[in-house]
Amino acid sequence: MTDAKPVLRLENIVKTFPGVRALDGVSFSVMPGEVHALMGENGAGKSTLMKVLGGIHQPDGGTIFMGDDAVVMSGPLEAKAKGIVFIHQELSLAEELSVAENIYLGELPTKSLGRVDWTRLADQTNAILQKLNVGFDANTRVGDLSIANQQMVEIARALTVDAKAVIFDEPTASLTDSEKVVLFDVIADLQATNVGIIYISHRMEEIFKITDRITVLRDGQYQGTVETADSTEESVTQMMIGRTLDLSRNASHHALGEVALEVRGLSCSKHYQDVSFEVRRGEVVGFYGLVGAGRTEIAETLFGLRDPSAGQILLDGEEVRINSPADAIARGISLVPEDRKGQGLVLGMNCRDNMTLPQIDTLKAGPFVAQGAEMEIFDKYHKQLDIRTPGWKQQVGNLSGGNQQKIVIGKWLSMHPKVLIVDEPTRGIDVGSKSEIHKLLRALAAQGYAVMVISSEMPEVLHVSDRIVAMYSGRVMRTFTSEDVTEDNLIQAISGMTSEQVA
Amino acid sequence: MADITRQQIGSLLAKQGILIAFVAFLIGFTIANPKFLTPDNVLSVIRSSAILGVMALGVTFVVISGNLDLSVGSMMSFSTIVVLDLHDKIGPALAIPAMFAMTLALGALIGFLVGYLKLNSLIVTLGMLSAIHGLTLTYSGGKNMDIADKEGTWFSVFGQGTALGLPIPILMFVAVAALLGLILSRTSFGRKVYAVGGNGTAATFSGIPRARTVFMCYLISATCVATAGLIQASRSLGSQNTVGQGLELEVLAAVILGGASLLGGSGTIFKTVIGVLILGFIQNGLLLIGLQFYVQFIVTWVIIILAVWLDIAAKRGKLMSPIA
Ligand SMILES: Nc1ncnc2c1ncn2[C@@H]1O[C@H](COP(=O)(O)OP(=O)(O)OP(=O)(O)O)[C@@H](O)[C@H]1O
Ligand SMILES: [Mg+2]
Repeated sequence: MTDAKPVLRLENIVKTFPGVRALDGVSFSVMPGEVHALMGENGAGKSTLMKVLGGIHQPDGGTIFMGDDAVVMSGPLEAKAKGIVFIHQELSLAEELSVAENIYLGELPTKSLGRVDWTRLADQTNAILQKLNVGFDANTRVGDLSIANQQMVEIARALTVDAKAVIFDEPTASLTDSEKVVLFDVIADLQATNVGIIYISHRMEEIFKITDRITVLRDGQYQGTVETADSTEESVTQMMIGRTLDLSRNASHHALGEVALEVRGLSCSKHYQDVSFEVRRGEVVGFYGLVGAGRTEIAETLFGLRDPSAGQILLDGEEVRINSPADAIARGISLVPEDRKGQGLVLGMNCRDNMTLPQIDTLKAGPFVAQGAEMEIFDKYHKQLDIRTPGWKQQVGNLSGGNQQKIVIGKWLSMHPKVLIVDEPTRGIDVGSKSEIHKLLRALAAQGYAVMVISSEMPEVLHVSDRIVAMYSGRVMRTFTSEDVTEDNLIQAISGMTSEQVA
Repeated sequence: MADITRQQIGSLLAKQGILIAFVAFLIGFTIANPKFLTPDNVLSVIRSSAILGVMALGVTFVVISGNLDLSVGSMMSFSTIVVLDLHDKIGPALAIPAMFAMTLALGALIGFLVGYLKLNSLIVTLGMLSAIHGLTLTYSGGKNMDIADKEGTWFSVFGQGTALGLPIPILMFVAVAALLGLILSRTSFGRKVYAVGGNGTAATFSGIPRARTVFMCYLISATCVATAGLIQASRSLGSQNTVGQGLELEVLAAVILGGASLLGGSGTIFKTVIGVLILGFIQNGLLLIGLQFYVQFIVTWVIIILAVWLDIAAKRGKLMSPIA
């Protein structure tokens, strides 16, 4: 690889937004056939650097080279024409169109007189989908697909172009393990054809599995590039955040309190059936299962967004009906939802107002909202969660993905709920903040909160939970305590084997 | 270097374009006709904008909540006719509250259809535009409505009176703007309006009652319409059935000119006031330089297009772009 020329080279790229120096002289290069990881904390500038490369932002300074030529990426179309394919952190598909139309948007195959050749379109698309081994076809409407499958459509789109470099910005944040395997195969194929690959992720195990080199950014500055083979998780973390992490589990087994939440035989038509569990004060209960196992739907039922078809919900031993989110909030239930952009945030609103939204009615100074109380709440979680923003007035939509997620978490922590439900709480969050959030969840439990953690990341569930409810296809397969759980029996449980079969 | 300045000019134009265009208009009009910026003319522009302005204040709430209200023009005709009719039947002191109640009932109906039944606001309010027009004609039997004793009623005070040396319509516009401005920017209800319009799903996930919030916005809009109807009736003490016809588009133009996005979630009362004034001054200026009244319709349309374009341009930071 030493004698090869980089496919892409960025030199001294500078980009500022009002109040933020997002990129401060960053240099970076990708070799053909290389998987190059781009790492850094939330808000370090990774997505911004890639948007400069993809022609979405114009740099304030610096040069992009392809081969020996300096190029200007005046827009996304030009970047694409030059062979740069961008798979975005935030999905950008047309929901009303079919999978095939999305994949070939702008380049639909035509017959005479410019008529679209639908048969050819479907055939081409299905060929790609087959390679990706997905469970939907060319004519499916994109809006009907799960987030994970939409991500696969984005990836499929990348495969249609004669690419020189492919950028993956946190592609696995919402993929299941089996989908990840497919993705990594695709990346290996691309690699074999000498495409340069830039891979952004906060998941260390992936980085060490598939990348060749790692470049680290910190606060918009270039920290250095290392060979993956010569590095360790600790050394990379050290580069990213300037310290190493204490990843030991907070094992302090505080005494558990009363049962705060109990669910008996709860069913919701086809989403889940006969689900029973309890969560005590001071306890973190993890919910682990494949996407589609019904965990999110249970959370939505508890939060008043779905009516159960049978069963009981008991709060503090008393049966309750929860008819709306307002009801749930009044009873002390908080939900950090799965989809931050769609469900968690008003992107056009500022950071502070987003955070105080659920309790806006209680922050009163006479007839008005008590701005002082709002500032206090924002300041507290701004510090505690280390949210990177130039100030409370910044529109949430301008924050980096991970910092947006932190705003959602702050929003619901500030409600001081009795029962805190978090659905994929650390999606897109950097390693440092992730361990902070895990500590926080443990600390909240120690203070007497009842915490439900839904997660598709096994290490996360194992790390934070006192007990783990394993679900498969809408049913509770088994409940583990932190003593009797192992990776193996957890995997068995969520893939549909009953406890008798396991035993 | 030259490139950077061009980019900067572009983004400045995009962000402050409406104000810049407005100032250019003012200067141009003043040169063309020195009468334009005299205190008398300024006051008369504001006074004649007051009716449209009060309506625009209410529609601002509806637009921020992510909806439209195209029924305000015909609803204003309705309130005007009703209050004039009842004036002679039950006296002004009872006629005014009765008219407010009837107008609010119409607002509640729209709010129910759009908020609780989640029907598309464009369809509902377009339908109401013509339904309310029919209602007005049924009510009046198609005849113009006049007050019998035009000299002897105190009812004329809302449209013709003055206080503190200023015309009452202006004072009412200012008072309603101040009140609604406080509600929108400082109360929890105002915050909910922005949340519902910005991202309805996220608002629901935050425990905000979406339907009730939208419903309230239409009630506010109807209250403003009733106030505008009161001013209109009191000013002329007689009216045709079609007095508010076409106002819905001018109102919408003022709100968009002020910078509220039709997608919902943005806009302020202060900006709407600016939008109202811009529209008023431009229409007045065109008359002063001797253009026909109906040229206004074309100019108003051009202004709306300009405002929408600049709104989009400001969001992407330049005037022309291959991506939205
Ligand atoms: N359009 C914008 N306007 C203003 N600030 C922005 C904009 N886009 C990004 N920023 C800021 O630039 C910085 C870098 O953001 P970027 O999205 O590149 O971070 P990131 O490294 O991708 O983080 P994450 O891991 O959370 O995705 C952040 O402070 C962010 O708030
Ligand atoms: Mg990012």
